[in-house]
Amino acid sequence: MDFQVIIDNLPLYISGLWVTLQLVAMSLVLGLLLSVPLALAARSSNILISFPPKAYIYFFRGTPLLVQMYIIYYGMAQFEAVRESFIWVVFQEAYWCALIAFSLNTAAYTAEILRGAMEQTPFGEVEAAKACGMSKPTMYRRIILPGAFRRALPAYGNEVIFMLHGSALAGVITIVDLFGAARIVNSRHFVPFESYITAGFFYLVVTFMIVWLFKIWEKHWHAHLRPRESEEAKKPAVALTPGE
Amino acid sequence: MVLTVEVALLSLLIALVLGFIGALAKLSKSRTANIIATIYTTIIRGVPDLVLMMIIFFGGQLLVNDIGYKLTEFSEEKGLPFNLGWDYIDISPFIAGVLTIGFIFGAYMTETFRGAILSVPRGEIEAGQAYGMTPVQVFFRITFPACVRHALPGFGNNWLVLAKTTALVSVIGLQDMVFNANQAGGATRQPFTFFFVVALLFLVITGVSDIGMRWLNKRYSVGVRRA
Repeated sequence: MDFQVIIDNLPLYISGLWVTLQLVAMSLVLGLLLSVPLALAARSSNILISFPPKAYIYFFRGTPLLVQMYIIYYGMAQFEAVRESFIWVVFQEAYWCALIAFSLNTAAYTAEILRGAMEQTPFGEVEAAKACGMSKPTMYRRIILPGAFRRALPAYGNEVIFMLHGSALAGVITIVDLFGAARIVNSRHFVPFESYITAGFFYLVVTFMIVWLFKIWEKHWHAHLRPRESEEAKKPAVALTPGE
Repeated sequence: MVLTVEVALLSLLIALVLGFIGALAKLSKSRTANIIATIYTTIIRGVPDLVLMMIIFFGGQLLVNDIGYKLTEFSEEKGLPFNLGWDYIDISPFIAGVLTIGFIFGAYMTETFRGAILSVPRGEIEAGQAYGMTPVQVFFRITFPACVRHALPGFGNNWLVLAKTTALVSVIGLQDMVFNANQAGGATRQPFTFFFVVALLFLVITGVSDIGMRWLNKRYSVGVRRA
């Protein structure tokens, strides 16, 4: 094992890590924004409204992310209309293609998580909202969505980790993310063990940080589900949940 | 598509075996087994499968050859009667892919099986012990049949993710349908058509598995009360 090469190439790994974090964060935000209307539409009783989002979710959850990325990165070039329009600027760049593929993918998974969480809304809450005379939009805004977001939190944490791991695919289409950096180091110096283990180590650290972050959030947002503690035991818990 | 299904089924087999060993190790009283199993599942689930595949495919090849050369050298030095005469071997992408995917999903299966075994009521196991069954008998006659029902949903999820992960073997050069679509798409300048067909084929695999899982679920939930 020769880790000198790795130390020499550390700046490359750090810049790769930055690209990875950027890609993951942006696709998570875009995916979350897309997923809410998707989940709401998929719940509609009108089949014309619920079918398109359901088909979208089924397609993106049933096919590998790699294939989705290839369709967008390589596939779009097949159409002359795309190549000649102004959108080509976007589809030409591996970075934007990866971002689009990741966002669409995570939107489908998140929508499914949200749909499941909304379905589990207790009947009593919905009935109470109706009894108070809330209109449907108000009920969704005040009752169903806030509850659903809370219930979805643990599953969404898993999805964030999956997205982080899926983002390694960006390295396959020439983007120098964390995985791409390891690829470059390996091809320059032929140190497969060291180069990929270093990347794996960085991914592991980020994964642990995400797990830790979600634990804190769950502690905050699921505070009402925790068994009541005595005054003595409460003190450290308060320090961990700012904003209360 | 045949190759994809082959890779998926073979790695599923490895994952199942590793998952069972892992789950038993996690639940056993031995501290060493506990620690090894926990390290295994934590690291595998914390690192992207693509990175793991590269480590095992490239690194594993180096490691195997290194050991081979060392052994040859050793036997020559000592003038041992046998000589390995190690020649550089290439691990085929097929074997590397199957081993890696099996190894990765063994960790996920470990967690699924652990939860399932834990959900078998303690009383049933104690009843078995009271009849004088050996621990092995208790496992095969009571724990295993009873935990299958609890393991099925997690197992089904793992299988679907595993089937989709097989697409990654194209990155290490195995000529599965993604690899072929890439080649054909490049040659005919119709990449969209080819990749879209591959996506549809994956949908067929996941769709058929979905139906199969529903059937299995029904079979193993016989005699369970439903609200």
